[in-house]
This record gives sequence, structure tokens and C-alpha cells, in this order.
Amino acid sequence: MTEKVPLIRLTKREDMAKSKVWLIRLLAFLLALVLGGLVFLIAGANPITAYSTMIAGSLGKATGIRQVVKVAVPLLGTALALAPCFAMRFWNIGAEGQITMGAMMATFFALKMVNSMPSPVLLLVMGASAAIMGALWAGIPAFFKARWGTNETLFTLMMNYIAIGIVGWLQGGPWEGKPGSQIIPMFDERAVLPTVFGVHIGWILVLVLTFLMYIYMTKTKHGYEIAVLGESENTARYAGMDVRKVMLRTACLSGGIAGLVGFMICSGADQTLYQNVAGGVGFTAITVTWLAQLNPFAMIIISLLLAVLSKGASTIQTIMGVPASISDIITGIILLCMLGCEFFINYKMIFRGHEELPAAPETAAPGVTAAPGKEVEA
Amino acid sequence: MAKDHAVEFKGISKRFGHKTANDKVDLYLDRGVIMSLLGENGSGKTTLMNMLAGIYFPDEGEIFIDGKPVVIKSPKDAFDNGIGMIHQHFKLVDVFTAAENIVLGLREEGRLDRRKVSAKVREIAEKYGFDIDPDKKIYEMSVSEKQTVEIIKVLYRGADILILDEPTAVLTPQETGKLFKVLKAMRADGKSIILITHKLNEVMEISDVVAVLRKGQHVATVRTSETSEKELTEMMVGHTVSLDIDRPLPVDPKPRLTVAGLTVKDSEGVTKLDDVGLVAYGGEILGIAGIAGSGQKELLEAIAGLRHIQKGSIIYTPEHEAPAELVGKSPMEIKEAGVALAFVPEDRLGMGLVGGMGMTGNMMLRSWNKGKGIFVDTKAPEKLAEKVLENLDVQTPGIDYPVRKLSGGNVQKVLVGREIASAPSVLMSAYAVRGLDINTSYTIYNLMTEQKMKGVAVVFVGEDLDVLLELCDRILVLCGGKVSGVVDARKATKEQIGLMMTSTDFIHSSPMPGETISQAEAMVAKAREEEERLAREKAEAAAAAAAVAEAEAEAQTEATEEAVKEVEKND
Ligand SMILES: Nc1ncnc2c1ncn2[C@@H]1O[C@H](COP(=O)(O)OP(=O)(O)OP(=O)(O)O)[C@@H](O)[C@H]1O
Ligand SMILES: [Mg+2]
Repeated sequence: MTEKVPLIRLTKREDMAKSKVWLIRLLAFLLALVLGGLVFLIAGANPITAYSTMIAGSLGKATGIRQVVKVAVPLLGTALALAPCFAMRFWNIGAEGQITMGAMMATFFALKMVNSMPSPVLLLVMGASAAIMGALWAGIPAFFKARWGTNETLFTLMMNYIAIGIVGWLQGGPWEGKPGSQIIPMFDERAVLPTVFGVHIGWILVLVLTFLMYIYMTKTKHGYEIAVLGESENTARYAGMDVRKVMLRTACLSGGIAGLVGFMICSGADQTLYQNVAGGVGFTAITVTWLAQLNPFAMIIISLLLAVLSKGASTIQTIMGVPASISDIITGIILLCMLGCEFFINYKMIFRGHEELPAAPETAAPGVTAAPGKEVEA
Repeated sequence: MAKDHAVEFKGISKRFGHKTANDKVDLYLDRGVIMSLLGENGSGKTTLMNMLAGIYFPDEGEIFIDGKPVVIKSPKDAFDNGIGMIHQHFKLVDVFTAAENIVLGLREEGRLDRRKVSAKVREIAEKYGFDIDPDKKIYEMSVSEKQTVEIIKVLYRGADILILDEPTAVLTPQETGKLFKVLKAMRADGKSIILITHKLNEVMEISDVVAVLRKGQHVATVRTSETSEKELTEMMVGHTVSLDIDRPLPVDPKPRLTVAGLTVKDSEGVTKLDDVGLVAYGGEILGIAGIAGSGQKELLEAIAGLRHIQKGSIIYTPEHEAPAELVGKSPMEIKEAGVALAFVPEDRLGMGLVGGMGMTGNMMLRSWNKGKGIFVDTKAPEKLAEKVLENLDVQTPGIDYPVRKLSGGNVQKVLVGREIASAPSVLMSAYAVRGLDINTSYTIYNLMTEQKMKGVAVVFVGEDLDVLLELCDRILVLCGGKVSGVVDARKATKEQIGLMMTSTDFIHSSPMPGETISQAEAMVAKAREEEERLAREKAEAAAAAAAVAEAEAEAQTEATEEAVKEVEKND
């Protein structure tokens, strides 16, 4: 009979200790590094030196760290923006466009209003207008979904191309600096975010935002509405929630934060606007949000990790001549391992012939036992 | 061994994390036998059957079919061994026809020959006495028709061991009768049937043997003819229980809810409620009886503000406050005013509960909007969750354990417990005990009575006439969306209500001469006067709609005749 038992079978795990869960995640990460090392070998580089060069290049020097933070800030900010949408199962993949539109609005004030108000006011106006524009850009697809049930995935995606198109046109037309340059001029320094420890102030902003988002998602009425709506629209309605309102509000909040990220990128990091201002952050952030399982604090770690990878990759490109796209491959491997390990956290594999013995048998003959606290059979 | 058993479990155990759902179960079943599987909510019935059906794989033990050990790793293996299970939640594709659903997933040679499939389906239907149209789409079907499709689906695949998980929980008594006839035909054909149900009268009626599970262990298997409902209950619970409903007289009843001329049409324009009037008193339990689909659900939903109301009024008179019209208010406003609806939908998790959240999160569903400020209060829901857990003995590892993972009956306890605990001043419940074990059902009845004694107006839609007669003060009988009368539950008989359920011509029961008029009776009289007055006022309006009503009445009589036949047969 035994040989007919399936070779491997899966059972659902219920309560795995927290420490064990993290141990598995750590192992998965190490495995990803080993696999990444193989990729380096194939590419003709010594994995050990490659990794140490990456670390040295990104975390070894103050300038490296600064650049890592600079990359991580928009990633974290956008991941935070996506979290409430994803919790609601509203697949906003239009952060890219929302960032772009936010940046565009901020740039408008940076270029046209720089002389009409003091710097702090100007920066506030830039930030606020960027947030409003981002909210609007996310609000349009949300409105259509709430009203006519259109598919938000496609809609938000399409909105990206429109946004990028608009900025492309501005860049080559109305806002062009030197005629024929196809470039928007650099911002006046009054329209540039101040720096703290050598990095624009955006990093403090996103850290505060992380904390606020955590509170918003777990402790507020809005957060609860989002969680219920994400699970079942009918139940939300039954509980007296205004489904359309929640959907619209959450999408706008998400777009607003993305717009703010756009402001930070153009005013803090780039100090100008160009078509590719979002640079794929809107998509990479989806990965961050998922890997963090919507937990804002985990997003800090993951966006830093991805930033280290990308900074490290450009270092090894210059120093070792290994193509920077290796970093994309390694990111992919890490992703795969992390997602894969969630499987092992949720399921247990039992190999044939290795069945676990039952937990301490507390059973007597059937019909005689009774659970503690209950009277024994009369 | 003289004869091999059709199915035999030997030492079967199944654990979920630390929770032991089945504990060394030894059980067998022979051919041509109907076995009831009985046990409290969460005792492991569904889990045990899922192992036979290939949904779960046992952690320990062996399963034998016809005396041979088998390994069932998947539903397909189960089918190969002639095992078919009809689950609590149907798994059908809505836009396909019955026949398409039946052959779905079957690997047959060559192209699908629809005519051959339909013919075979008809053949099976004829053999066992099913009522089915193979070409009807699932979304056009009633619950009982869908169930029929599920049963034929497993028969089509050649199952000769059938498992039915609480099939009668969603059926009307008439439909249950039909199902039982089919099951008997299958038994005569030599099939083995395992039936999970919480209704003891059904156990006594249909099964040959009864197996009882308690806390995952097999307590005993007994012959139905040699046992009684009382003995079975005690085996299930593990100690003596008293199954009595205490019914004190209403104290100082006051009209709380006055419904007049309520007319409701569904989205297709079919009249679901026709000029319904009723008065619900604080301090009494008003039962609502009727054949399934007579408008019970619509009535409660209309009062709760979940339905569009064509015409009519619903006056709500809270204690110490001025009466208010509920028609036109939003569900939220009505809820806030203290009118609670503990509706137990066929799909429990789809409406009213959030499967991924724990009990606390689900309690919050009622209170999340309370209080000023942007933060939700988690303290009160937490306390409430603890209270419900204790009062209804919910089987869960903790109040933050996702309710999706609880057994069917325990999910329901969370839902009902929450509504009762919301301290409403009108408590409406429909099918509150669906899927609950007998002990818990009585806990719910007693909680309703407790509410009544607190002065709450309780409206109780029920299917079991015996329970309605034992629990309620008055019973309003609906027939085809119309009120056919209100009776004193202390005096009325099952036959009387049965008649009223099938005909609106029935004259209100009147108190027997020479008997003292009880308080409840006085209420009946008062309520009736009120209703008659309302009816008179509506009479003129009704005259206009008379032409329409006539056409409808014709359709109604047909249905009524059928129902009368059914009732006669049952009696
Ligand atoms: N997938 C699962 N994950 C975790 N626990 C489970 C799972 N399925 C069942 N359980 C647990 O196993 C126990 C037995 O559940 P089961 O569904 O078999 O009960 P049941 O006898 O069918 O109850 P009911 O009459 O309420 O339907 C319950 O305590 C339940 O919480
Ligand atoms: Mg069950």
C-alpha cells in the first residue's frame, strides 16, 4: 500500500513561527545570490568580486549611499502609493503616468511662476499641484470603473502613454529651452528641493509617508473600507459603504502620492523635466508592493535592496565591464526566489515514507473523551 | 470477513496546523445503504468526506473500497473509484447548460455529441425520478435545480458511492421530499449514500444507519430504527441536553414596526410583495411562514432598505421617540436607527462576512463607521468577538483567525451572533439556523427569546413549522407575496398554517369560544384590526391594479394547486 502513496504531497501549513518564516525568506534570498553568482560566472566575471564590487560601489562610500537613497526614494514612494489600490484589488498600473503628470504640473510652476513667489511657497505649490494632477490622472480611470465598470488595468496603462506623450510634446514644443535642443531648461534653484545629508529632502518625506500609510491602512476607517472592498464588493455594500466613493477616493489618494513622487523626482533628483521622468519606477514599484505584501515598512527594505542592486550594477559595469542588465537578471532571480519561498511558507511537502508522527496523542477510546472544560458524557 | 464493505475508513486522521479535524476515524458503509453523518459544527464531517472525495489527503490511515485499499489523491481518483460528492457550495459554470456542466471535464473520445449527452442525462433522470431540463442554463436555475445538476453530474460519471454535504440546508420541505424520493430510488439501485445533515427529523426519515462524529472522533454508528432523536443529540454533544424553547408571554407589547400596503417588484418587474401589511410589536416574536420564495426575503430586505419599494409605508416607532417613515431611507440610516437584519444568505461569505478577516474584523463590519474621527475603534469589536465566541461556542483558534477557515456552521455563528449582539430594537432574521447543529440552533432560539424579553421586536423567518409554532408569539403567513393571515402561535396548528401557505382565501383564525383571551391573543386581535384598517385604506388603490392582479392570480392558482398536492402528500 505504501508504495501507492504519492511521492510528494502538499499540505497547507497553518501556524508557522514568525522566526521560521523569516529564516526561510533569508534562505531564499541567499539562494538567489548563489544563482545570481552563476549568472556572473556565465558572463565571465568572478561572482565574489562582482558582489563585493557592487556592495563597495553602492554602500562603501557616502556618495554611493546617497545615490542608493536617491533611487530608493521614488520606488518607496510609489510602492506606498500603490498599496491602498492593491489592497482594494484595484490594479493601478498607471503610476508611471501619474508620476509623469505630477512632475509636469510641478514643472509648470517651476518654469512659469518662479519669480512670483518665495521659494518655500513655490515648492509647496509645486508639491500640491503635482499631487492634485496625479490624483486626477488616477481618478479618471477610477471614475469610469465606478460608473461603467470599465477595466482599470487597461485604462490606467493607457493613461501612461498619454502622459508620456504630453510631456514629450511639451519638451519639444512650448517648454523647450534652447530652440532645437528638445530639452526643458534646468529649474531655478528656488524651485529645487533642499537637501539633508546630501540627498534631497524627499527621503524624509517618504519615511514620514511610510508611517502615515501604515496608520492609514491598519487603523483608520478608510483603511478598513479598503480592506473590506478588496475582499467583496457585496459585503462592503451590505456594511453600508459607498463603494464608488471608496474606489474613487482610494484611486485619487494613490495617484496623488504618485504625483508627489513625480514632484520629488523632477524637483529633487533631476531638477528638470523630461519625457522619461518616471523611468519605469511606476512598474518596478509594483514588484516592491507585492514583495512587501502591502506592508509599508517592508517596502523600505525592499526598495533599498532594489536600489543597491541597480547602483551596484552600474558600478560593476564601469569597473568590471559586466553589462548593467545583469542587475535586471539578478533582480528577476531574487523576485522568483522570494515569491517561491512564500509557497514553502504556506505549504508543507511531505515525502513518501517520511510522514510525521502524530502530535502527542491525547485521545482515549472514542466516545469516552470530552474536551477539557466540558462535562464528560452523561 | 463475510462481505466487503462498500467504503471503509481505517484509522483516518487529518490535521490542519494544530487543529485535529479527524482523529483516527474507523467507519464503514455497505452497498444499498443510506448513512447519515451527524455531528456538531466543526466536528469534522466535511473534512472526512473531502478525504473520500479526493479534496484532502489523510495524514494517517487507509481507505478501502470494496475491501481493497485505495489511494485517492484527487477528485479524479475518487471518480475512478466510483465516488462522487455534492458539496455545500456548488461548482457549476453559470453560462453553461445543465448538460454542458455535466460533461465538463470529462475526457471522452472524439467530439462532444450534445444529443447523446442529453439523452443519457434524460435516461438517468428517468431512472431515479429527477426533474431536469438538460438544455437549461445554470443561471436560470433555482438552488434545487442546481443541486439536481450536481447529483446527475456524479451519476453520469458512474458514481455508486454518493456523498451529499448538507443538501437540504437550502431546500424547501417540498424539494427535500423530492430529493429523498430520488435517494431512495438510488438506494434500491444498490448505491451507497452518505448524507450530512443537521436536521434530525430527516435523519430519522431517510437513513438506515447513523454515524456520529464528535470533535473529530467517531463516537458510534447505530441503526436508525434502534435510536431516537434524543439519543443522537446526546451522542453528538457528549452530555444530556434539554431541547426546549422557553416562551414567556410578551410583556407590555408596543407596535414597533407598522408596514402598510408594501408592494415590491424585482428587477425584472415581477411582483414579489403585494400590498403587504403587518405590525411587529416590541417584546414579541413575529414568525413569518410561507413556501420558499413567497416574499419572505423581499419583505425583510425591503424593511432593511435593500430593495426598491414600489409603494407602501413602513413606520418605525422607536421607544421614547417619534414614529419615523423608513421608506426612502438608506440601508445605513435604517441600521443606525436600530433595525437589524440578520439575514443568512445562501452564500454566507459573499455577503455579510469578510472571509479573510478574523472575528474582530467581522464584528467591525457593523461598527466601523461609529464614532467621530478617522480612526476605527477596535476595542469594542474585540470585546464583542469574545462575547460571541463564548455565547455561541464558536470553534476557532482565536478571534483573529480568518473566518474563511472555520467550518460552515461556525461561520454562520459569527454572522448571527454579530447581528444579535448589535442590540437592535427590531431584529429580523431569515434562516438563522441554516446549517447549524441542533444544539446551537436552540442557543439561537433562546437568544431570540432573550431579545424579545428585552423589548426588541423580533421578526423570525423560518422554514421549520414546528419551531415557528414553539418559538413565536404570532405567525404571519405569506403566500405568493400576499399576506394570507396572522395566527396566534400558541393556538394554531401545523395543518392550519400549511393551508394558509398555499392559499390567500383563508379566513383569519378566530379565538375559540369559551377560552380565556390571552395577552398574545389580544395582540393578535389588535394587530389584525390595525391591518384591516390599513387594508381598507389601501382598497381603493388596489382596485386600480385589480386587472393586473387577475392575470397574476391565474398564474398563482396553478402554482397553488401544485403546492396543495405537495402538502397533501406530505401530510
Ligand atoms: N482548510 C482548512 N484550514 C484550516 N482548518 C480547517 C480547514 N477545513 C476545516 N478546518 C477545521 O477543521 C474542523 C472541522 O471542520 P469541518 O468543516 O470538517 O466541520 P463540519 O463537521 O463539516 O462542520 P459544519 O457542520 O459546521 O459544516 C473545524 O474546526 C475547522 O475549523
Ligand atoms: Mg461542513
